Amino acid sequence: MVTPHDAGLAVLELKGIGKEFGAIRALHGVDLRISPGEVVGLMGDNGAGKSTLVKIIAGNFPPSHGEIRFDGKPVHFGRPIDARAVGIEVVYQDLALADNLTAAANVFLGRELKRKLGPFALLDHKAMAARALELFGELRSETRPHDLVKQMSGGQRQAVAIARTRLSNAKLVMMDEPTAAISVRQVEQVLSLIHRLKEQGVAVMLISHRMPDVFAVCDRVVVMRRGEKRADKAIGDTSPEEVTSLITGAKEAA
Amino acid sequence: MATPLDSPLTFSNVGRDKWWRSGFFASQTGYVLLALVALFVVMNFASPYFLTEGNMQNVAKNFSFIAIATLGVTFVIITGGIDLSVGSVMCFSAMITSMVMTHISTPGMPGADWFVHLAPDDKTVIANMPGLILLVSVLAGLGVALVVGLVNGFCIAVLGLSPFVTTLGMLSIVRGLGYVVSNGRGSFPSGPEANYLYTLTSGVVFGMPAPFIYLVVLAVVMAVVLHHTGFGRHVFAVGGNEKAAALTGIPVVRVKIEIYVICALAAGLQGIIISGWLGSAPANMATSYELNVIAAAVIGGANLAGGAGGPLGAIVGCVLLEVIRNGLVLAQVNSYWQQTLVGVIIIAAVLVDRLRSRMA
Repeated sequence: MVTPHDAGLAVLELKGIGKEFGAIRALHGVDLRISPGEVVGLMGDNGAGKSTLVKIIAGNFPPSHGEIRFDGKPVHFGRPIDARAVGIEVVYQDLALADNLTAAANVFLGRELKRKLGPFALLDHKAMAARALELFGELRSETRPHDLVKQMSGGQRQAVAIARTRLSNAKLVMMDEPTAAISVRQVEQVLSLIHRLKEQGVAVMLISHRMPDVFAVCDRVVVMRRGEKRADKAIGDTSPEEVTSLITGAKEAA
Repeated sequence: MATPLDSPLTFSNVGRDKWWRSGFFASQTGYVLLALVALFVVMNFASPYFLTEGNMQNVAKNFSFIAIATLGVTFVIITGGIDLSVGSVMCFSAMITSMVMTHISTPGMPGADWFVHLAPDDKTVIANMPGLILLVSVLAGLGVALVVGLVNGFCIAVLGLSPFVTTLGMLSIVRGLGYVVSNGRGSFPSGPEANYLYTLTSGVVFGMPAPFIYLVVLAVVMAVVLHHTGFGRHVFAVGGNEKAAALTGIPVVRVKIEIYVICALAAGLQGIIISGWLGSAPANMATSYELNVIAAAVIGGANLAGGAGGPLGAIVGCVLLEVIRNGLVLAQVNSYWQQTLVGVIIIAAVLVDRLRSRMA
């Protein structure tokens, strides 16, 4: 079991991250380390600062204080595309899929493969379908590249969204509530997708309200409350009861 | 740690759709095409004149007169937008083309010396370089269309105004400008190269009307662009889920500006073609054509909610409207019924699509 105090190279390291929106202090002094292949659950009530933290890491806006180090080097993201360039991918809660396009088209959206035909660059449908099939295979999801996303189950949609992050060989994947509003069977599929990412050495940050999911799949759980990190514990050293009391504030810190 | 599902996943309950329930045959374009074929058969029995070469040429010419603009508007509709200004742009582009042509073909007018000189008889106007006048005047007409498209695109994509309101305003602005520049009288092409324009727009090539040839070429280009280029993929993505498109790094603003420019250019070209056939560009030309154009696109399967549509559908929609119009005339039905019937068909086409997707 990996603990936060393990030595070794962290893929992401936050030091004293703080963020103010006018007079509102959304985040204060957050330190966090994530190692390759580690799955960290980020929990907290609404307004605890989870999404602010995720948005800072994803490059939506810069922190007011503190330092972000990625792969050991300090980084400053002006736009989300900067974060993506170094290897940080986000799977959004609503998955950001275009329903009217095929699975393969969605995986390659904005990064289409093309082949030259004289002066024109045409889409390379074959190569994209083949690569998408490969990615779905790695994720062990039976998703057919040519199927339209609108005909897919919640689990298959997750696979498409996650396959997109594999395309760029992301080193850190942040997943925002991937198991909200899908069926029990599909939740299992998503959790197994997270395991596939872990096996391939990808660090995963799972933002979730669902305690059973976090305990099923995470190595470590980080609890946020009122903009501060209140706990950072290995899953084996804590319990759902303790995490719940940390989230609600019944227990101040652990 | 126990993995919830270590075994490979299988979806034995997911099979392939039957061929007639997927792809083209299940699309609105598919069954509107079917309805069109049925209509051809019925019309053939109803009137001996329907399938004659002359009548077919007429039909081909007439639907080509709105079909190029319909291709353009289909781009816009695929992204979930709408362009109500196409009728006005048709008129304005045609008007500018013929005004510029007249202007630069009149010796003595400022700048005209570059293009024409007088023959020794002091009456005949001769072009300095054959084709140049036509080229410049058509480019001028397309140029104003380009500007209208850029303004539409800027207001919608950058300022975030609603496409309906923006282009409704533009419908009025551009129509008004047409009246202003021509003083309400419209204009007609003249000069040594007016005949070139007539030939290019109402001539016959390989036994087919010239506009029909342009239409086919543009439709093929459009099909390739939509389905085999990154731009086309992005057009569909913006229509399917604009937020997702932006999150995946697609330049949504640029795509939107580009499609409004394409739409305006198609309308401008269409207007120039119509004016060549009419021999003039009256100030009330193409009034309310935007409704026919949008109706044709929607009948052919372009979804006003965005995400679906294509050149074949646009053409099928235009042909259907024209065959009905033509059929009503041949069947000697009171021609005032035509508009009513078109409205019924718009609703029926969309209704059938809705019923089908509910059954599936």
